[in-house]
Formats: sequence, structure tokens, C-alpha cells
Amino acid sequence: MSFWQLAVQQLINGLQSGSIYALVALGYSMVYGIITLLNFAHGDIIMVGSYLSWFALTSIAPFVPLPVAVVIAIAMAILGCMVLGVTIEFAAYRPLRKSPRISLLITAIGVSYLLQNTAQKFIGASAKMVPYPRIPSVNFAGLTISGVAILCIAVTAACMVGLTLLVKKSKSGKAMRAVSEDADAALLMGVNVNSTISFTFAIGSALAGVGSILFIIAYPQASPFMGGMLGLKAFVAAVLGGIGSIPGAMIGGLLIGVIESLVSAVGLSVWKEGVVFAILIVMLLFKPAGIMGKPTTEKV
Amino acid sequence: MSKKPLHIKTPVRYLINALLFAALLFGGRVLIAGGGVSPFYVGIVTLAGINIILAVSLNMATGYLGQLPLGHAGFMAVGAYASAIFMTRSGLDPAVAMPFGLLIGGLVAAIFGVLIGIPALRLKGDYIAIITLGFGEIIRIVLLNIDEVLGFPFTYGAASLKGIPETSTFFNTFLLVGVTCFAIHTLMKSRHGRAILSIRENEIAADSCGVNLTYYKVMGFTVSAFFAGIAGSLYAGYLGILNPSNFSFMKSIEILVFVVLGGMGSMIGSVLSATVLTILPELLRQFAEWRMIVYALLLILVMVFKPSGLMGRFDFSMGRMLENIINVLTGRKTLKGKGGKTNG
Repeated sequence: MSFWQLAVQQLINGLQSGSIYALVALGYSMVYGIITLLNFAHGDIIMVGSYLSWFALTSIAPFVPLPVAVVIAIAMAILGCMVLGVTIEFAAYRPLRKSPRISLLITAIGVSYLLQNTAQKFIGASAKMVPYPRIPSVNFAGLTISGVAILCIAVTAACMVGLTLLVKKSKSGKAMRAVSEDADAALLMGVNVNSTISFTFAIGSALAGVGSILFIIAYPQASPFMGGMLGLKAFVAAVLGGIGSIPGAMIGGLLIGVIESLVSAVGLSVWKEGVVFAILIVMLLFKPAGIMGKPTTEKV
Repeated sequence: MSKKPLHIKTPVRYLINALLFAALLFGGRVLIAGGGVSPFYVGIVTLAGINIILAVSLNMATGYLGQLPLGHAGFMAVGAYASAIFMTRSGLDPAVAMPFGLLIGGLVAAIFGVLIGIPALRLKGDYIAIITLGFGEIIRIVLLNIDEVLGFPFTYGAASLKGIPETSTFFNTFLLVGVTCFAIHTLMKSRHGRAILSIRENEIAADSCGVNLTYYKVMGFTVSAFFAGIAGSLYAGYLGILNPSNFSFMKSIEILVFVVLGGMGSMIGSVLSATVLTILPELLRQFAEWRMIVYALLLILVMVFKPSGLMGRFDFSMGRMLENIINVLTGRKTLKGKGGKTNG
């Protein structure tokens, strides 16, 4: 394999994990945009989604044909994450709408602990194999491109386009933008702030559900603490791209994925997380608003 | 009711506090030396002491300075490794080396505090949380992999740094708890402390009143890092073995939980919640699988029903309590209107 083939191969690997980060980062970014909360429980929603897939593919699959089981698994993961996200917002974050931001942050951490430990208690600490069907690889111009990579990139691109249309063109998207700009003014203009925030959580969590399916197809193991590092990296991606910005989350996610795979490719895989955080720090120092973010000015 | 309420003078207050603290410290020591307490409980109480130092030091940065660092475990790690490397390599008798080890741990952490504080504190709000989180993780990853770069064993990475003299006893841990609380308390009562509090209340107003924002932010951050380093050194001497995974992001969160649950800006809140949250999970060991679920639920419930933390900004003062008791007993003051002034 020539150098270029190797480089392209690594790039595709990077884009694969990067597109998963991007999907998760979108959820972080949307939630931050609308209620300025660093939602630490977001990574754990992905964990729950993975377990839902696992449940569907191991407990329901014996009774139905495989394609039906896969459809059920996908639907369960996405809808389950959506319901979970909305429930968390309603039960844990809504009562704290007017509280100091740090209380909200601690609550998010509490929710994250709760999800992780409940999963550990009731499902067990050991990792579970999630048997999604294998996706064949494609041979193209002397390269073997894994089907998973193509699937991840395509699904992420589609989600991204759909989300952009939703936010820019639909009425609820307009409401979302209004609430994130100024919740009080939006309320005065007749926007239902509570349902808009719930809607945002539903969309963000559904994207996490999609992310969980892609993640579990690429790395087919579900465990109670899988959401931690994935969530943290997606969060870094969201900040890198400019938190609150949809294309920013996408760019940030892909960038993190590609950087990680390139750092691993040159044999420094133990440092890859360090490099990701170092880039984050450098970015924050020189352009705190992120790649796509707009700088904010403080008025007295 | 014509008598003037009694006022205890500050030096007398300090004397009372010092005597009570010394009584507690030596009382505990005698009790332990007499074999009245099982080593298991002594260990837990010592760990609680280390956590108190961590919580009180983080409270300095969050409660008083009003910033939100998420990398406290990083400073703790730096302090722990610095002192552990000194203790294992110096060849001195552990009893002699210990004070130096503590000081080295604290100072190295403080240097990191300055180095990280200067760039990090240029940012605002959540971005400080994110950047300190990044630094904390980088410190952990460097500790894990530095040996490969250096080419000789230095931190021993994932294989753990072993054989650290176990010098952290009940007595010296709680002596340092006292020193930490006293140092931070007196600092906050000083002119510098008021400058730090003014930054928390309103940065722009403080700036326009001539408070040097960068100087005081970095100072608050560095003091916080220094004591985290001390706590780290004690932790190294408590465990006798160090692994970078002890200082992950979750450890920073754990310390933050102590502070927020106790009430940001309340020293007594930090002390109490660090004590309770260290001892409670240990006592609940038999319900091992449930305890973390209960812990998480507790965290959510406290935040939903009392977002300012259990103690709010209330601070306890022994002198003030004595004054009130004496005043009420001698009829100088009625019970009405009693109650502590909030600190800050």
C-alpha cells in the first residue's frame, strides 16, 4: 500500500469516528444554545440508546425476521433516547430554570451518574455484544473502504442537512432560534418557551440515538460507562466548532476524528486524547467562540 | 436590657478556636493511640480530612472567586506525584522528608496554578470550566505516558508509582486541615479577600473600582491549586501507591460536588459535605450497588430543592456562637434576632 493510500485510509477512518462525534456534538451544541447548559448526561443517553439496540437485537430478534428486528432496534434506540432526553429535561432541568447555572451543571452530572449506575446495577458491569448485521466493505480505486464508514458519513450528512432545514425553515426551528436568542423576549412574542426547550431536547437526544446506532455498528459493545469519553470528546468537538452552531459542531466533530486517527497513524495513539485537549486549549485561547462561533461582547 | 451586648475580641476568638481545635486533634490522637478506634475507621476519617482540604481549596476558586474550574484533580495529581517522587527518591527518613514533600507538592501545584491560571482566567464563565477540564485531562495523560518520552521511569505511568512511605496519619492530616482552613479564612478576611469577593459579585464593577482582575484571579486560583497540591501529597502518603487513573475528570467532579452540595462560598458547608460524602459511601458498602444510585439521586434532589447548596453562603463562627450564648444567658440580648451573619 502506498503512502497516499494509507493516508486516505486513515482519513476515512477519521471521518467515520468524526461523524459520530459530530452527531453527538450537535446535541451538546443545541442544548447549550438554548439553555446554556453543559449537558453532561448527553453521553449517557448514547449509552442507553446502545442498550436499547442490544435489547431489541437479542430479546426481540428471535421472534421476528432479521430486517424487522433491525428496524425495531433502530426505532427503539431513537425513540427511547428522545423520550429519555425529554424526561430528563422535564424532571431534572426544568425546576432549575431560574437557578444559578452551576446548580444546573451539578444536576446534569447527577443525572449522568444516575444513568451510569442504574445501567450497571440492572444490566451488569460487563460489556454486551450488540449483534447488528455486518456491513460489507467497498473496493474502490485500490482502496478498501469499510461500509461502516460510508454509512456513518452518509447518515451524519443527512442528519445535518435535515437539522439545518428544520432550524432555518420550519416554524419550530424559528421558535428555537428565538428562545436561544432571548427567552424572555420570545415569551412575550407568544413563543411557548417550555415546549420549545422540550422540542430541542427531543431533537438533540434523537440525534444521540442515531449516534448510538452508528457507534454500536462501528464498535459493537455496550457498557455502562461508554458514554463518558465519547461524550467528553463530542463536547470538545462542539466547543471547537463553536458551541451553539450547527455547522460548527459538524466541522468540530470531523476535525477531532481526523486528528485522532492521524495521531494514531503516526504511532502516538496513547497521546491522541492529549492532542485533542491541547488543540481545544489553543483554540479557546485564540478564538474562544470556536471556528464558526460569533464573538460576544459584554455590555455594561 | 440596658447592658451592652458582650463582644469577644478577635485574638480571644482565635485563642478559643485554637484551643478547641487542639483539644479535638489531641483527643483524636489519644483515642486512636489507645486502640479505641479500628484502623478501618481511622483510614476513612483520614480520607475525609484529605477531601476536606480539597473541598475547601476548590471553594476558594468557585465560592469566593466565582470561577468554575473543572480540573482540580489535575492540581491534586501534580502535587501528589511531585511529593511522591521526592519522598521515594530523596533517601531521607520519611518522618524528616514528609514536611518537605508536602511543601514541594503544594509549590509545584501552585506553579501549575499560575501557568494554567494566566491563560485560563482570560476566559469567562463556562469556557473556564472547559479549558481547566482540558488541562486536567492533559496532566493525567502526561503522567500516564511521560516515561516513554523521557526514556527512564519517572512516574511509572499505568504501572503505578509504588512504595511511597505512608506518612499521612490522622494527626498530621487534620493538622493540615486546620492550617488550610485558617489560612483561607484569614486570607478572605483581609483586603485581598475582599478584592477576591468583589470579583465574584461583579467583575466589571470591581475592575472599575481599581481591583486588578488578573492579579487577584490568578492569586485566588494559585492559592486554590497550592492547597490542592498539599491534599494530593497527603493522598500519596495515604495510599502509598499512585496511578494516573486516580486523578481523572471524575475526581474533579467529585470535589466540585462536595463544594456545590455544601454551598458555594461556605467553608463549613465544604467541610461538612466533604466529611459526610466521604463517610456515607463507606458506611453503605454493604449496599454497594445501590449506593451510587442513591448518591446520584441525592445530588439531583438537593439541587432541585435547594440550588444554593445545603448551607447556602452561611458560615459558622465559634466566637459568634459563644457571644450569642453568653448574651442570651446573661440577659443582655433576647433570642430574637439571633442568627449568623452570612459570610460575604
